[in-house]
Amino acid sequence: MERQPRALQVVLLAGLVALVAFPLVGEKFYLQFITKVMIMAIFAMSLDLLVGYTGLVSLGHALFFGVAAYALMLLTPEYQAAGFWTSLGASLGIAALAALVVGFFVLRTSGIYFIMVTLAFGQMTYFYVHDSSHLGGSDGKYIYVRPVLEIAGWSPFDLEKPSHFYYVALAMMVLVYFSLRVLLASPFGRVISGIKENEHRMRMLGFATFRYKLVCFVLAGALAGLAGWLVAAHDGLVNPEMLSWHQSGQLLMMVILGGMGTPSGPILGAAALKVLELLFQGWTKHWQLLLGGFIVLSVLLLPRGLAQLFESWRRD
Amino acid sequence: MTEPALRTAALRKDFGGLTAVNDVALECRVGELHAVIGPNGAGKTTLINLLSGDLAPSSGRVELFGRDVTGLPSHSISQLGVGRSYQRTNIFMRFTVFENCRLAAQSRLPSSMRFLKPAVRYREVNAAAARAVELAELCGREQVPATALSHGERRQLEVAMTLATRPKLLLLDEPLAGMGAEESARMVELLKKLAPGHAMLLVEHDMDAVFALASVLTVMVNGAVLASGTPEAIRANREVQEAYLGSEDGE
Repeated sequence: MERQPRALQVVLLAGLVALVAFPLVGEKFYLQFITKVMIMAIFAMSLDLLVGYTGLVSLGHALFFGVAAYALMLLTPEYQAAGFWTSLGASLGIAALAALVVGFFVLRTSGIYFIMVTLAFGQMTYFYVHDSSHLGGSDGKYIYVRPVLEIAGWSPFDLEKPSHFYYVALAMMVLVYFSLRVLLASPFGRVISGIKENEHRMRMLGFATFRYKLVCFVLAGALAGLAGWLVAAHDGLVNPEMLSWHQSGQLLMMVILGGMGTPSGPILGAAALKVLELLFQGWTKHWQLLLGGFIVLSVLLLPRGLAQLFESWRRD
Repeated sequence: MTEPALRTAALRKDFGGLTAVNDVALECRVGELHAVIGPNGAGKTTLINLLSGDLAPSSGRVELFGRDVTGLPSHSISQLGVGRSYQRTNIFMRFTVFENCRLAAQSRLPSSMRFLKPAVRYREVNAAAARAVELAELCGREQVPATALSHGERRQLEVAMTLATRPKLLLLDEPLAGMGAEESARMVELLKKLAPGHAMLLVEHDMDAVFALASVLTVMVNGAVLASGTPEAIRANREVQEAYLGSEDGE
């Protein structure tokens, strides 16, 4: 694995300790808020795999997040719980399949065209879901009971309890973080960074780059699916906005704000954006103005994202 | 005689109304250094692009190691044992010298769809990269980012990356472009060292280097082959002198 700056390691470790300890003292509202932030961090990490590491700027990533959420809704019988592993597996599977199909087409383009076609696929799905009454139309649908994990009558955690859900989300986020770091250091990871740096040269070195980009796109889609499944299970609600380009755009903002192509950037970005949103909403109804201003400033001052704050301490 | 590493027949490339490469037939064997010369716009780089799979020919045939590869994509051609270097340096600027070579060597793993073991722990890949660094005389520069290299060193790295893929046929597009005298001499030595084990097709403007290196010369003018033969024969060829060498004597 690539070594991270010492200061960042310390911050991340302190953050992890704080996250683990928080449910002991935190109120339910904040518990649920941080759970959402951690889920968004997973979602942002999945997009960073495309944007930051492979150089594929997607504006349709919410598609995979949304279809996984809807998959959980469809798999949950009314007033009964869906199986934990079956619904999770199905959500990831459907997101991966969607990514395979979409990727097969969009990866034939690059640059601005790639942005446009991913956006188009995202919006097509959005409008389909929006106008389908069996999917709940524009209002979406409720999921009344959260998935249950049972192993021979014993269940290790109860997702109905905010603190339990919190720890599940935390465990997933940590798992995704380390999996991505292993992935990025692997031969596959080196290939995708090579593609980002100079795809033409990669082809000339004998790499069938399309194949690698497609696998990467599917992995990113499946991870977005994980986030979608978690959000749907957490909120007990799915609606078409989850698939909209606003969602994709906000996600891209998190990645850029936190630092593209850095392992912890998406987590920092997701946390910063969500926390500021909450903070500014408490101050004024024009909170979006403040948030916009913050993003402009931070992009100007920290073009490589919040992760850059810690880079400068590297030689302490 | 052994089968040629490279053979083309009636190779042609049209760009709209312009015929950039016209009815080109040539051969290159292992141990042979085949230089293609010709004035600017003669179609030399287009020819290399056709051979490496960067461009698909309009008509004609390209054979590698006895196999028809016409129209195959560049990554497949590379996997058959063809290494190409570029006229304009084409490397991974933000990677270190070693990582550039390591990634090139990694391309010879049966597949890079490997997700767990760190890439830097593949011994055979590291060994191939180290050998390429050594061959191209970049020892001691392994950990330097490519952006920090001098122009000459970047050209060396370009060749090192090509070598790291263990090619049998090398397609070299003006490896001496923009180099100073000393750097050129070093590159010429490197190419001489490589010649016995490889089939090499070289496009080059530096006539001193070409005549010092080449065992076969092909002269191209306006996309077509004007003459082909040993350096002595080409030097003595009147047509060539008129069309090309004579006019650039002053260089």
